Amino acid sequence: MTELKDLKDKIAVIGVGNTRYGNFPEIDDYGLAAHAFRNAVQDCGIDKDKIDGLLVSRIPYYARMGEVLGLNPKWTITLPGHGRMSGMGIIEAATAIAAGHCDYAALLYANIGRSRRVNYGGDESPGTWDPWGFTSPGAAHAMMFRRHMELYGTTTRQLAEVSVSIRYHACLNPDAVMRNPITIEDHESARFITAPLRLLDYCLINDGAVCLILTSKERAKDFAKPPVLISGFGAQETYSPSSIANFDMDFWYPAISAAGKQAYDMAGVGHKDVDALMCYDNFSPTVLFSLEGLGFCGRGESGAFVENGGLSLGGKLPVNTDGGHLSNSYMQGWALNVEAVRQLRRECGARQIPDCEVVQYVQPTPCTRSIIYTRG
Amino acid sequence: MSYNKPLPRLDTLNKPFWDATKQNRFLLQHCPSCGDTRFPPGPVCPKCLAGEQTWIEASGKGTLESWVDMHRAYWDGYKDELPYRVCLVRLEEGPVVVSNLVDKTENLRMGAPVKVVFEAVTDEVTLPKFTLA
Ligand SMILES: [Zn+2]
Repeated sequence: MTELKDLKDKIAVIGVGNTRYGNFPEIDDYGLAAHAFRNAVQDCGIDKDKIDGLLVSRIPYYARMGEVLGLNPKWTITLPGHGRMSGMGIIEAATAIAAGHCDYAALLYANIGRSRRVNYGGDESPGTWDPWGFTSPGAAHAMMFRRHMELYGTTTRQLAEVSVSIRYHACLNPDAVMRNPITIEDHESARFITAPLRLLDYCLINDGAVCLILTSKERAKDFAKPPVLISGFGAQETYSPSSIANFDMDFWYPAISAAGKQAYDMAGVGHKDVDALMCYDNFSPTVLFSLEGLGFCGRGESGAFVENGGLSLGGKLPVNTDGGHLSNSYMQGWALNVEAVRQLRRECGARQIPDCEVVQYVQPTPCTRSIIYTRG
Repeated sequence: MSYNKPLPRLDTLNKPFWDATKQNRFLLQHCPSCGDTRFPPGPVCPKCLAGEQTWIEASGKGTLESWVDMHRAYWDGYKDELPYRVCLVRLEEGPVVVSNLVDKTENLRMGAPVKVVFEAVTDEVTLPKFTLA
């Protein structure tokens, strides 16, 4: 049997593509995904008929997707539209290629939540605690951040640093949805959605689609762009309390630590080697939880870590250099993985990290995943 | 005026809980085989997988683990009472539950002792809520 760590540097991302991000009521999920797919195919120059693996997330019907793209692969997986599926999907596709299920896998994600007025709460997503009015992932993250404030003295001004740094990056990204700079004061005076969280702690809701194309390292040499290698990954679920959705009493600290350690050990890199962190910022507190769980700072010390632009380009650890979910686009982790690839290819223009060699992705969720990408 | 906030969806598993709240009693599902106690109820014990589960009456006492103030009405019934307060309570018996804290004070601390109060919101449903003890 192959061990997971033997997959170090064996699988590469060869093509990435995305649509514009915004409000597109005139196009459906298949249409958005098709545009992202075409952009990824053009990015690497692959003959699309070579693609023999298809993974879709938040797309209604995989077979219709295949029909739309003219694909008849020999490996298909469909994942629900939860953000945590991005890290899971990339790891699943990598292992499928390594196992020989397919040679070239296209991973597609599309979201039409903006134009279709998705609320992410209330009767749209029924839960155990509706009779008490407790609903929405944002409220669960507010509940966690209140605990973090009480346990460690973390302040909302420190939390503001996360949103301010990530918005700064969005201002350097011509494709980002939100491109006006914000300050800590702007954060502190924004309206509450679920106190202690305010509007600027919440991710955007926008339409768009993303595609990644993966293959083996050997085959990756044949394409237009330098391959970016998947050097390490790690995983840990936390399924209790699932009745309190998107919540963990411990901020997923044990799971993030475990997934991070697996990824670091597999890739053979440490914190000092990581040039940028792409963190699933559905709500700003997840960035704090990630920094602690991965060990970039001690437990309870993330508030101090992020102060004075610690997460901005040129700071201690640049986070979400594309503007993340908070300010670039709500592509539920997929666009962050694309940004990792673009940083390592050094295609990022004004937001490029100099000499970028190692980028880490992390999603602190009930299905925690971390992936380490390198230039190989 | 009729009650226009969400009501619990009763099923065979949770019906004993909602029957008991009507009598101002707070029940927790309990495993007679291994002693595990939980809320919400499940079809088997998640520790030992025993299928026969019973109920025990909780003391109604606990401590405040966290709280939030909801400033957005995801249901129309909340529009006129924003913000409203939701709390996370660790019960004396172990399980953690979400509820409403009826106190309006800003002077709250994690770990504060709380106790259950019962509010009959319709003829059929009584909601357990919490207040500072
Ligand atoms: Zn048991």
